[in-house]
This record gives sequence, C-alpha cells and structure tokens, in this order.
Amino acid sequence: MVSPGALRVVRCGGSALRGARAVYLLCASGDFVKVYSVNTEETLRLMGGHADLVTGIQLNPHNHMQLYSSSLDGTIKLWDFMDGIPIKTFTVGYKLLALYAPASAEDSVFVVIPKKGERDTFQLVSVKLTKGAGQDLEAKELSVVLDGVGASVKHIAFGRGGAYVVSVKDVNLQVYFFKRKLLNRFSLSTVKKKGGDNRFSCVVCHPTEDCIATGHADGKIRLWRNFHNRKEYTYSTLHWHHDVVMDLAFSMEGTRLLSGGVESVLVQWHNESSCQKDFLPRLGSPIEYISMSSDGALCCTLHTDNRITIINSNLRFSRSIQGLIKSRDVKTGLVVDPRTKALVLNGEPGHLQFYSLQSDQQLYSLDIVQRQYIHQAGLKQSDLVKVAFSAQGTWLATVEESEEVTDPELQLKLWLYHEETQSFRLNTRINTPHDNHITDMCFRDMDELGDDSLILVTTGRDCVFKVWGMVEDADPEAQQSVSWSCDFVGSYHNYQATNCCFSEDGSLLAVSFEETVTVWDSLTWDLKCTFCHPPGNIRNICFGRLTCSKYLIGATDYGFLCCWNLLTCALEWSAHLNVVVLQPDPLSEHIAAVSWLSKESSLFVFKPNEPRPIYIQRNLCKEKILLAAFVPRDEPEMISSEKYLWLRKSQLFFLTDTQELMTLSTKSLEERLTLSSKQLAVEESLPVTPFSVLLGKHRRQQAQEDIDLGKPVVHNKQEQASPAVKELLHTPAHVLPSASFLCTIFINSLLISKENKSAEEVADEVEMESEKAEDDSDEEDVTEMEQEDTSHMELLGETTCKLSKSQEKELRKIRKTDYSWISAF
Amino acid sequence: MAAYKPVVVQACPKLGERITQDTLYWRGYKTPVQIKEFGAVNKIDFSPVPPYNYAVTASSRVHIYGRYSQEPIKTFSRFRDAAYCATFRADGRLLAAGSEEGTVRLFDIGGKAPLRQFEGHAKPVHAVGFLSDKYRIFSGGDDYSSNLWDIPSATEIVSYSEHTDYVRCGCASKVNADVFITGSYDHTVKLFDARTKSSVMTIEHGHPVESVLLFPSGGLLVSAGGRYVKVWDVLKGGQLLVSLKNHHKTVTCLCLNSSGQRLLSGSLDRHVKIYSTTSYKVVHSFNYATSILSLALSPEDETIVVGMTNGVLNVKHRKPEEKNEESQKRRQPAYRTYMKGRTYMPKQEDFCVSKPVKRVLRKYDKLLRSFQSSKALDAVLEPPIMLHTPEVTVAVMQELHRRGTLRSALAGRDEKQVNLLLTFVARRVIEPRFTPVLVTVADMITDIYQPVVGQSAIVDKQFLKLKEAVGKEIDYQEELLEVLGMMDTLFATFTEKRDTCLEENKSNGLTEIIETNRNF
Repeated sequence: MVSPGALRVVRCGGSALRGARAVYLLCASGDFVKVYSVNTEETLRLMGGHADLVTGIQLNPHNHMQLYSSSLDGTIKLWDFMDGIPIKTFTVGYKLLALYAPASAEDSVFVVIPKKGERDTFQLVSVKLTKGAGQDLEAKELSVVLDGVGASVKHIAFGRGGAYVVSVKDVNLQVYFFKRKLLNRFSLSTVKKKGGDNRFSCVVCHPTEDCIATGHADGKIRLWRNFHNRKEYTYSTLHWHHDVVMDLAFSMEGTRLLSGGVESVLVQWHNESSCQKDFLPRLGSPIEYISMSSDGALCCTLHTDNRITIINSNLRFSRSIQGLIKSRDVKTGLVVDPRTKALVLNGEPGHLQFYSLQSDQQLYSLDIVQRQYIHQAGLKQSDLVKVAFSAQGTWLATVEESEEVTDPELQLKLWLYHEETQSFRLNTRINTPHDNHITDMCFRDMDELGDDSLILVTTGRDCVFKVWGMVEDADPEAQQSVSWSCDFVGSYHNYQATNCCFSEDGSLLAVSFEETVTVWDSLTWDLKCTFCHPPGNIRNICFGRLTCSKYLIGATDYGFLCCWNLLTCALEWSAHLNVVVLQPDPLSEHIAAVSWLSKESSLFVFKPNEPRPIYIQRNLCKEKILLAAFVPRDEPEMISSEKYLWLRKSQLFFLTDTQELMTLSTKSLEERLTLSSKQLAVEESLPVTPFSVLLGKHRRQQAQEDIDLGKPVVHNKQEQASPAVKELLHTPAHVLPSASFLCTIFINSLLISKENKSAEEVADEVEMESEKAEDDSDEEDVTEMEQEDTSHMELLGETTCKLSKSQEKELRKIRKTDYSWISAF
Repeated sequence: MAAYKPVVVQACPKLGERITQDTLYWRGYKTPVQIKEFGAVNKIDFSPVPPYNYAVTASSRVHIYGRYSQEPIKTFSRFRDAAYCATFRADGRLLAAGSEEGTVRLFDIGGKAPLRQFEGHAKPVHAVGFLSDKYRIFSGGDDYSSNLWDIPSATEIVSYSEHTDYVRCGCASKVNADVFITGSYDHTVKLFDARTKSSVMTIEHGHPVESVLLFPSGGLLVSAGGRYVKVWDVLKGGQLLVSLKNHHKTVTCLCLNSSGQRLLSGSLDRHVKIYSTTSYKVVHSFNYATSILSLALSPEDETIVVGMTNGVLNVKHRKPEEKNEESQKRRQPAYRTYMKGRTYMPKQEDFCVSKPVKRVLRKYDKLLRSFQSSKALDAVLEPPIMLHTPEVTVAVMQELHRRGTLRSALAGRDEKQVNLLLTFVARRVIEPRFTPVLVTVADMITDIYQPVVGQSAIVDKQFLKLKEAVGKEIDYQEELLEVLGMMDTLFATFTEKRDTCLEENKSNGLTEIIETNRNF
C-alpha cells in the first residue's frame, strides 16, 4: 500500500521540443514526458509508461500530433500527446541513448545504442518501425549507420533534408552521406595550446544550406562548409564563450545561430558573422539545451537547475517554467515555511526557494545573498547554508558563507515578514556572527509568551553557541523598531558546538558539543546537566513532543540512537542504528529516523516513550537520504490502518543525494496521477488565418450563448454524478452498447440508493484491510522488535475483521439482491 | 531572468553621537560672537517684546544689547558697587536690578536715572523680579529675607524672613500674580503667596540653590544647586519628579526654550546641557571655554547668550533657514504633464507596448557589469568617493576579490595611482570595518609592486607609512588583549556562583568585547 514512489523526479533527461504551432512544450523529465502549455506555463499532461529514463523525444515528422520517445528500457513509444495515449510501443532490446527522426526517413528512426561487447562505445543505428496491428511491436530490424559516436543527443545532427548525418566525438567529426554512402572524417589537433581545447561539445546542421556548426570545449564555435570534399573543406570560427559551448541551435531560416553555455548567456549570431551578435544575459543558471519552435517564433532554453525559459524570437525573455529548482548542494536542509506550508530550500545560487508541494510550483524565490552571481568555474561563491523560521513564520533567519575554508565570510541575516508586500524584508545583518562555520541554528518561539520569547541560537565550530535576542530601538524616529543583538555566549570545555534544539515549551536548550549533549536553562543560561554516549560525536538531537516532552533523543555518528529521560537524567533506552536523519513531527509525538546501511536507506518511526518502532520501512530507496521534513497536512487524512496513523497529521518528505524529492503515500500511483493531471484543454491545431479568426469569433459567441442558455446546470450534474456516469461519458462512443440498453442503467445510477452504496463501500474496505493484514504477516522481519510490533498490529486487524465478518455475509446478500434488482429492469 | 544586481555597500553604524532632530536643531547656530564685559556676567535677561534686546548684568553696570549689535545700545551705570539680576518687566519697558549696597533700582528703558529705589535690604540683593501683575517687585537678599515691593509707592509690602541663608535666586509665577518663589543657600526653595504672611511651601533641594525656574504652566518647578537639577511637581505639594545629575560641577543657571519643550542648564563645568522636558534625557550639549554663570535664550530660540566667569559674553545667532529658492525658481513640469495618459485604460483591441524601466547604475556598477575590473577600481579611487565614502571603495574591492580579479585590477598602475592606492590603504587599514578587505589588498599590492620598491621615493614613503600604521595597530591590539586578560581575572574573582558556571561567566566577559567588535 505504501509506495515509496518519487512524486517528482528531478532529472532533466531529454531535450525540450516544441509542439505544433508553439502551443505545447514537450519535455522529457525522468521516466515521463511532460506537456506544458506555452501560454499558461501549466503542466497539461504527464505521459508515463517508460520503465526507465526517457532519453529522447522527437515529433513524428509525418504527423505533428504524434511524438516518438525513446528510453533506457529499450523501447520506443509513439504517443498521441494531445490525449496522452500511447499508440504503439516498439521494443528494440538495447539501451537507447538518443533518438532522431529526420523527415526523409520514411518508416524508420535513428537511435544510439551501446555497441555489443564493448564498453563506452556507441553506434548510431536506424530502426525500421514495422507497421503491425497491435500495440506492442518488436522492432528488431537494425542497421548500423555510424560507429563510434558520442552517447549524448547533442553529438549527432542530421543535415539539410536528412541528406547526411554528422557525428562528433572528441576531436573527430564524421559526415556520412546517405545517397552516396560516403563517409568523410575530419579531425582537429588534440594539442591544447593557449588554453585552447578543440574537443567537440555539440553539433547542429544548417536547415537550408550545407553548413555544420560545432561547439567546442574552449568556447569556440566552428562553422564548417564544403565538407563534401575531403581535402578542401573550410571552417570559420566564432568565439565569445569562455567555457564549453553547451548547445547550439539554428533558426528556422538558418540566418541566426543561438549558442549557450555555463555563462548562462544566450548569444545570437547573425548571418554567421562574429561582429553581429546579440546577448540575453543573466538567465540564472548554465544553459543545457536550446530548442527552437517549428515556426521559429519562440525558442526555449533548458537549464541545469531544472528550469525551462521561453524566449521570444527578438531575444526577449518571455516566461519560465520551473518546478523544484535543483541547486548544486542543498545545504539549508528541508525547512517548512509555517505560513504557506511550502518546502523551503536552496534554490538558485544565493536564493531561497519556496516550493509548494500541492501545486508542484515554485511560490517565490527570495534573494538572500543579494549579490551578482558570476558563472565561472573555480570561483569561491557565497551561498546560503542555514535557514530557520520562527513558529509563526514572521521571522526568518539565514546564514550565508563563502566556500573558502579559511575565511568563510559569514553573514547572519534576519528577515521580518512584511504583510503589505507579502514577502520577507531584511531587518538585521550581522557580519561574522561566529569566527568559524555555523553548524546549526534554531528559534525559540512560543505563542503564549509573545514576542519577548523569541530568541535565536546559533552554534559554531568556534566552540561557542550564541544567543541572539531582539532589542527595541530607543529612538522613535528610527526606521525599524527592533533589531537583533547578541545576548549570551556559552561554551563547554572548548568543544565544537554541533547541534542545538529547544524543548517544546522553550524552557530548555540542548546543545551538543562533539561527544556531549549539554542542557541549558533558557532563562538564566545555567548549565543544567550533560548527557554523553561514548564513543562517537553527536550527529542529531531533538526533544520529544507532547506526551513525550521529557525525553531527549540523540543520534551519534558511531551508530547509536539514544533516548535520555530529562527528569531522571538517565539513559532511557538506546538502539544500534546508524541514523542519518532524525526528524520529529511537529504535530505529534512521532519521530522519524532514517538510517543508511550498506547502500540502502531505511525508515524507522518511533515514539520516544517506547523503544519499539511503530513503523519500519526497510530499503526505502537505493540512494542515500540526506534530508527529511514533516509537512503538516491541511486537514488530517483519513487513514484506516493503525500502522500508518503517524502519517495522519503530516506527510514525510525526503530528499536524496541525487536531489530527488520523495514522499510516503498511502494512495496508489493511479490515484495520485489522476489528481495531478488535468483535463487537457482542447486547443485547435489549425493555423490562425484571418478567416479562422473571423470564424473563431463567431464560434466563441455561439459558445458564449450556449453557456448562457443553461449549460452550467448540466455541468453541475456531471460533477455530482457517480463514477459510473463518469465512466459512461468518458468511454469512446464506438465501444458503447446501444443507447436504449444504456438508458436504464444511466437512469438507475442517478437514483440515490444510500444504504446500498455505503454498505458496499464498507465491504470493500474490509476486504482491503484483511489483505493488508496478510501482507503484514508476510513482511514479518528478522528483528524481534518488529515482530512484536506486527503481532500487535495483527491483533488490531483481527478485531476489526471479527467485527466485520458477520456483517460481511449480510452485505454480500444485500449485494446479490441489489444486482438482481438492477437486472430486473 | 534577473537584472544586474548592484554591489551592496555595507552601511556601518557610526560610533559616537547619534544624529537626531535635536542635534540638527541645536547645531543650527552660527559661530559665536564674543563680547568682553567688565566682570563676571551674573545675569542675562531678554526683553519679552521685539526687537528682543537683552540686558546683561556684569560688574557695576547693566548693558542693553540689540539683537545683532556688538556694542551696548544703552548702559545703566548708576551703581556704586556691583549690580545684580537686571530683569525686564513683561512689557519690556521697565528694568529692575539689585545691587551690592542693598537697594533695588527700577529703570525706565528710555531714561538713565532710576525711577524708583527700594531700600530695605541690609545686605546685597541678588535676586529681583516682577510679579505678573506688573506693579509689584520681589527681591531676595543676603540678609536672608525675601521682600515684596509696591512700584507706585516705592514701599515695602511684606517681608518674609524665613530663609536661614543667602537668598540667591527667585522667580515669579506667570499664572498667579501673587505667587513667587525664592531659592536660598539654606538648601531650600520657598514658595510665597503675597496674600499670606508666611511661605506656602518649602522644598528641600539638598544643596545650595543657585537657580529656580517655574514652568509657564506654573505646575512644575525646576531648581538647580550643587550638581543637581531637580524638577518638582508644585501641584502635588512639592513632590520630586526627577533628579538630573548630568553636570560634574555646580549648576548655576537654568532656562527654558521658547516652546517649553526643552530645558537648558549651564554649569561651572563649562557645559550647557539641553534636556527634553518629556523624557528628561540630555538631547544635546554645548561646550564653552570657561565656567558659565548665566544663560538666556531669546524668543523663538533665535539667540543663545551665555555669560561666563571671566566676563566674556558668548552670543550665538541661529543660521537663517536655508531656502531652496533656486530649485523653486526652476520651473517644474506641470502636474498635467505627469498625469498625462496615466489614467488611460487600454481597450481590448489595443496593443500594449511596455516601456522598460530604466535603472540608474553607478559608474563602478556599469563597469563591473561589463567585467571591466581595472576601470571599476579606477572609478572608486576617484577622490570624492575615496574620501567621503570609503565604504564604497572597499565594497568594490571586496567584490573584485570575490570575482578573483582583484590582483589584475591592482596590477599595472603607474607611480601616481599606486601612491593614491597606498595612501588610501595606509589610512583605512586600521579601521575595523575595512580591515579584512584592506589587509588582502595591502598584501596584494606589496606582492605586485615588490620588484619596483626603491625606484620611487613617493611610493616608498607610502609603504613606510603603511608599515607604521600596521605596527601601531598591532601594539594597540596587544594592549587591548592585556586589558582583556586583566578583566577576565577580575570577573573570575567576582564570581560567587557555583563552579559549573565559572566558564560561562568568563564568556560573559567576552560577550561584551564581541559585541563591541560587532558594533564597529
């Protein structure tokens, strides 16, 4: 039932392609192909079906409403992307690394596959797509076109009208002419002189002329001509980029060439001359792919941080599509904004992104560092490392530091939420709050005590922890009434302070100093007691909540999870567990611990007052989980099973080291997909002619009248209608039986038969539950702890079963009668 | 897509005096005019009517000065010995003065000879004043008595002998014509009602009272004596409201400003302090050359006159309000021009062309945007920026350092530019807010220009200056560390807490230091 499926796979796999008439933007994202609307930036459709990463997508050159996609799972799929329906699946049987569908090839596409028996050697083959009747077809007719090609999509390009194919690898360029069956090879010198680096990075062909543009690792762009001749070929050089040219694209007419790289500047070269060029600077992050729409009106760039920018033909920024921005390193951890319930983490360099989980959208990006970001390799950038919110979300504390090890250039900033502008405003900036890196930061904030209770604690590697408090400004004419300053500095035997945490009522502060946890009275700043569990440094600490607030939980990097009782000052229990992440649920007593052991992450959920975990999920995922966060649900979810009760009030999210965001859900995959994907709005695929504009106006008017005439009533009914009616309406007309046959069923379904329905539902639930119970018993694990746990679970399950079994019979009877009643009609 | 972000110039709070509205107001006086009198100036009094002449009592004369005149426009010199406390009547036409021989003289502003002489005090009279009905005069003498005189008949109405020491100051109520107060060296202030035979209220100041003052409302009384200025609530029966101890020598004179919002006190410690009458905090302070005996403020605070023990009269006039006539002359575009088209709502068929907002960037920002590091550094090394806003120069240097181009920006400069650069570094490197950046800069400069040392006398001199500055700073820091060590020992000995808290107290001492460091 619990599927540890990735809600969103944050990988940019393939190139972004533009659908017909620049209405849709198609993009391969992880195992899915996404369809975006260019106008609204909305995700219209999520097409899933591939079992592995989608490596290439190409529009069917013969039918622009269809799309080919290739995947690492060895299949090519043909989609109708308007409806999101897979039309055909061709099984090739090799890992497909890239896909090309030139218009000249009638019924075959070109793919890049690894060469048999050799590692890291790839070949370009043409695949004949057989025209069979069924959905799943075999495509085994492969013919090798080119050997020793690069694995990337960008390393192969098809020339004017598909007459030749160009492939680049390292310093070699190969051109293969299909008609003449001629292979020309050119190579550049491998010597690196004056910082030059001749290796190819990408290649594109001119759409109307015999011209090849290649990008190089040193930032040069070469334009090759006359390559029919093996000796007398020529090339000219364009040079602006200072680093690798990541991608190139020709405009539809071939008059303009677009190039992009790590500088995150889109350069437009006119007429292949180096003197005429335009720039679109500061696009935010390095450009990975550039793609032109088929009518040439728009172009889009795909960036390394998982973002698509749509750019007008006159090189003006139009809009951007962004989900969860991928940053180089999530140093801030996963933090939940109490105000918006959005997930807060590193975004663009120097920015904090507020990512809404409900809408899979970035709410906004807050510029913390407020400094121009220079895209240059080897530069010491300063970035955000710590973030903390006060309980109500009115205060935000951020720490930024530069990457330099010796002089981290620390800054602590405190931001106050401004109601009018609906965003945070800088209130106080503290330069070098600590002499060394800041390791942890937390707010103390209780609602009942008011603003005075708000203090901030930072721990640093300079062996101290500091307490920051608010100071009222005496001068009434000053711009802001409060600012922050240091209240107290504490240390313990000159050990590095690593973690800090406030108890739920704010009376105690726990600070871990390497091997020791110290507990301080937050009123007088007296050291109350110390806890220690040698050997090993403390990795995480947290206080229990609600009924378990007398416990302090700590995890050491030597693989122990300890629970101390604060009343007796003694160790309550400890367990041998290599805990990476320790995350308390803010709304319940539960604490989630994620362990990392021999290449798999496991999840344990427990209450501090009992050493047995409530829930264990072994082998959660193959990647190492770095961060976790409980996100409070808007309303408690109805969870039938006792085992998953801890998921009722809040949802657990994980971020792995490959920056994939995952969650635990009790719903099945289909349910979630139907929730997220929306009905595709029918958009005409006709080109806009003056006539159609006229006609369209007329039609729109008609439609308007229709709506006025009372269509909404019908809509309302549809919304309320039962799933049966929905199914009826959504099934294609040609597969439905005759209308006279359906009429009775349809009318019956509109009748309200309350008892029957509820009874059916109950029965269903019971069945599911018993299934689950069986599953659980199957899952019984080696550890004693869990066995006890599950047996306990079973007991509960059985009681519910017993109660319902008697009912079940009755219900079945009712169901039978119910059916007969319908058939009688 | 983001626009270019300008370099953030870190604003550092300035140490020392905070600039407030009060500071600006009280600084708005011209350089003082000094007038030499014949002896210590014991009283200055402004005429309450325009043109606000003022009477200065010094030695055996009373001088009347006009507003801007540096020579007295009138002199009353019919005193055989010292004159005291020449005071104007509320209509500005009569002047009363006490004298060493014990008589009180009444002068007409127009005439020279006294109109009346009130004789009855056996000892010098130091305090004289008109009651608010204009027809009576009160006086206080060294014979411990306070008398009330009738002007028309020149006779004594009543004599109170309640003080037990010299009566040295007095003040009449503006609200009630019968009430006046006197302060004496017997540490008391007494409030008299002319209708009764004895004092109505006695306030114990605690020190010999040098000056008293009643607020225009008559509800509050201010007394000065010793180092203290005390404010009393008369209506609550003489309850002490606040006691101010801001001078370190005897406070000799008190004065209210025209609005009654500020209280001024002059003292022998050469300072005039200005208090807010709402918070009773010092909002501003003036410094004078010698001990102050008397102080007066003209109506509308136009002039501050201070008399000192060495007979110098210090007159400060307010600067005329700066009128922005020039900018007013330049005709602004009409309101119409601004509002033209602002309210236009685009119709459905309209094609909207948005006009990009032009952002104004500083010169160095423009250069930094186009990655011209060396030129950007040149731009911030120009004297106006370098001298007045060194933080901008340092911010740009830091930005260049972040971009990794500081070294190349510093290199390849000629003698003049290196001289300029080194002057800046040598001067600013010891400022704590600039030190981290400028140390790096100095390091790089010495690295780059090491081979050419000895070729130019000017540059060599600057290098020596830099060395000297850094050396001094190091010595200073060492001394500070010594002091810190001593303080820590002191803190440790003061501790009476449990042993576990020893450490934390030590760090308490450190906190303050860290905090001050942060404030730099």
